Amino acid sequence: MDFSAIRLELVAALIALGLLVFGLLTPRGKREVIGYIAAAAFLGLLALSFLAPGGGGSFQGGLYLDDPLSLFFKRLFITAAFLVSLMSLRFAKSLEESRSEFFSLLGFSLVGMMMLASANDFVSLYIGLELMSLPLVILTAYDRTSGKSTEAGTKYILLSAISSAVLLFGLSLLFGATGSFSYSDTLKALGSVADDPLVVIGSIMVVAGFAFKISAVPFHMWSPDIYEGAPAPVAAFLAVGSKAAGFAALIRLLLFALPASSGDFPLLILSLSVLSMVVGNLIALPQTNMKRLLAYSSIAHAGYILLGLVAASTAGVAAMLYYLVLYLFANVGIFAALSAFGEAGGSSEISSLKGMWKRSPFMAASLLVCLLSLAGIPPAAGFIGKFYLLAEVARQGKLWLAALALVMSVVSISYYISVIRVIVMEKAEDESRIRVSLANKAILAVSVLVTLGMGVFPAPITEWTRAIAGSIVR
Amino acid sequence: MIGFHPLPAILLSPFVGAVLLLFVPEGRRNLIRAIALAAATVSLVLAVAAMIFYDRAAGGMQFVEHYSWIPSLGVHLDLGVDGLSLPLVLLTAIIIFAGVFVTWRLESRSKEFFIYALALVGGVFGVFMSMDLLVLFMFIEIAVIPKYVLISVWGSTRKEYAAMKYTMYLLSGSAVALVAIVAIFAYAHDPAHGLGIWTFDLAALSTIHFDPAFQKFAFFLMLLGFGVLIPIFPLHRWTPDGHSAAPTAISMLLAGVIMKLGGYALIRVGIGLFPEGAHFWAPLIAVLAAVNAVYIAFVAMVQKDLKFVVANSSISHMGFVLIGIASLNATSMDGAVAQMFAHGIMAALFFAIVGLVYDKAHTRVIADLGGLAHQMPRVSAAFLIAGLASLGLPGMFNFVAEFTVFTGAIQVFPVLAVVAIFSVVVTAIYVLWVFQRVFFGPRNPKWDHLKDARGVEMVPIVVLAAVLIGFGLYPRAIMDTITGGILPLAQHVASLGIGGPF
Repeated sequence: MDFSAIRLELVAALIALGLLVFGLLTPRGKREVIGYIAAAAFLGLLALSFLAPGGGGSFQGGLYLDDPLSLFFKRLFITAAFLVSLMSLRFAKSLEESRSEFFSLLGFSLVGMMMLASANDFVSLYIGLELMSLPLVILTAYDRTSGKSTEAGTKYILLSAISSAVLLFGLSLLFGATGSFSYSDTLKALGSVADDPLVVIGSIMVVAGFAFKISAVPFHMWSPDIYEGAPAPVAAFLAVGSKAAGFAALIRLLLFALPASSGDFPLLILSLSVLSMVVGNLIALPQTNMKRLLAYSSIAHAGYILLGLVAASTAGVAAMLYYLVLYLFANVGIFAALSAFGEAGGSSEISSLKGMWKRSPFMAASLLVCLLSLAGIPPAAGFIGKFYLLAEVARQGKLWLAALALVMSVVSISYYISVIRVIVMEKAEDESRIRVSLANKAILAVSVLVTLGMGVFPAPITEWTRAIAGSIVR
Repeated sequence: MIGFHPLPAILLSPFVGAVLLLFVPEGRRNLIRAIALAAATVSLVLAVAAMIFYDRAAGGMQFVEHYSWIPSLGVHLDLGVDGLSLPLVLLTAIIIFAGVFVTWRLESRSKEFFIYALALVGGVFGVFMSMDLLVLFMFIEIAVIPKYVLISVWGSTRKEYAAMKYTMYLLSGSAVALVAIVAIFAYAHDPAHGLGIWTFDLAALSTIHFDPAFQKFAFFLMLLGFGVLIPIFPLHRWTPDGHSAAPTAISMLLAGVIMKLGGYALIRVGIGLFPEGAHFWAPLIAVLAAVNAVYIAFVAMVQKDLKFVVANSSISHMGFVLIGIASLNATSMDGAVAQMFAHGIMAALFFAIVGLVYDKAHTRVIADLGGLAHQMPRVSAAFLIAGLASLGLPGMFNFVAEFTVFTGAIQVFPVLAVVAIFSVVVTAIYVLWVFQRVFFGPRNPKWDHLKDARGVEMVPIVVLAAVLIGFGLYPRAIMDTITGGILPLAQHVASLGIGGPF
């Protein structure tokens, strides 16, 4: 059997298992080294994905695809896992026990994400989804000293289970209508029975299952509580990794398995997108907690990114990919700052960020750049990303949708700017300097550089994402 | 001129200055000032040089630079200036140069102040130089956030409210303009009506003959979007608060340059791409322009705070620019651009003086001041110069500009032009009245401790007043350049059988 199509997943799984074993073998006092090993291993895996990109192909007769799109997403996930493991070093050190399992779980969740990106069959899709979600549940509840963390974990597993149930039910309906689990067979079979109520209900349920993962309205209820309760690095992984994985699966599902361009499907995606943009941005306005604010902003961003699927064209998918990259770095930067701030004894209330410009100018500047990127203000990358999405939607004649997205984007600026106001203007009661660990400094620096780099020199990543989108969208 | 590439240096100099400042410790005050001054000086010297070496006979875009930016979408970082933008580049350079001196003695967080101010100015240069629609728009956006921080950190009088109001107005305006830009982009890509390629190049876009309905729609969005910047009544509500709350150097930039971004974009993009749309909406613009000029002049008259007087006076003067734009003929648009330049310098001078008075007396309430000419003769003389320029006294460049605007406008909108001219009278009343209440009158012993402007404080006054009087006495030095830039546009409009004298 040819395993080359799943080589990255194999290595990632080995890393996760290795970290688990290593944790058992190392004496209790020396286990903090495991975080560094995990980070190094993920970095190595990222390097491997560039050094040996693989030549495409599939595994187990199309169960699993290794194509440019999946490779792109895998690199995104590995980058997220690497940055999150760097971010977690201090957090893991502060844990009294189970330090080693933290990084191992991160690794297993990564394997699940990678499977989701490559899945070309409903069975591998479902396995990937669960493999990603279950470790995330444990990670969410990892901070045992905090009631909120435990509560978040409980909520996550309950809601996750419900969404999985909905997804499975939808899959069973689809299987009943088509008699196959494979994407390509489903697409072929659906050509004749697309209007069958069984198919319509089944497809809606499948989309709903993934709308939960990308936290699109009305399947978003879980995210604010869970972002708030989860430790900052885990919330970051949820915000960028799990969401990107949801999009990876959705892109393939909607373009290759379900008849996305027929019937009421475009309307369904359009409603999800509009609702997410409107509701996410409006509810973000009154938030006073930074993590909850980011949760609602991530809901709104799910809405923007879905615009690419509304367009369902090469340029639309390319714009989604571009946006996911900039979204990853902006969010990781903000969460790294929050995590560093938490280590220094700060809370995640927005008002506690007062006087940041004096307490840590570097952190304040990094937060400023990342927030501007999410707000879509140049020279940060968010502007270009939003422009790509809107231009493609407008080109297809939906100028009103682009206008709506812009209006909501102005709404979003008002809450981002109120955070910026607290960071750069208000005086702190406590003016002690914040010591940012080297790892967090590195994450912040990388986030800022990539965010500004993608905004000032958008061409390289634009060409890259367009090439990838061009290779898969017909 | 071959071998002379001033534009990248003018554009980058503020950004380079801002980045250098990031690495200077907060305590090194002199080094901070030196870097800011150097950045401003480089831009100013090169802008003056560009003005001198600009080939007026040839006209058109000169000093052109091509850089590819996003090739697959046809976005290019093309820089170039013509008679329309070059005077505005010069204006920006003069004002930031004066602004550095105005801020010379700033104590609190001066390093950050200059970083944000230079970033802002860099953005403004970018708008005036860009030959690509998307890049032009991006530079407008780049200028917004530094402004927010500058007003809310270093401002006065309800600064947070003013900063937020300013930012939300401007960003809402940009969002509306961006809808139009996205629509243009989609239209241009459509092979049936447009060019069938991805492009944002303004020159290429202006070759498309946009469908009249689309022109009306897109020009209206541009009018709304850029109208916030100008500002057009009733979108002007951010301006008095924003101007008054901003620190002096930033008020100078705000009134001197940022308001001109709107006028510039409306001419360059609005009229350049949608002459028929502009023609359709011209009566509305003209009416609003007259309201701007007259109504806001009355509003200025009843203000109690010196800075609010000047802020409202700026809005009133932008009414002249608007009626010049609305008339759509060569003379009137010529005048509109000249008025943007003249008003920019004059407003900057006004704000510099108000800032000086406030720094020394710690009040701007007109009723508290009085007889300041006894203690501050130089400041008082400078205020008089600005005031006379403001009411359009011959000998000042403002006279030339206003005269040109009205010569053009009266052929198209005779009634509205006369109404707008009436605001010159109102301006004369409030300027002289304020001058009398603040500077004339018996010596007030309360203000005996005030020292007159001297040293670095004189630099902005001398520079700005010299520009006003210099171009006032020899307007050809700049008017020829402006005419060269406006003429092709006006001919394009006239060739469509619209605009010009009816």
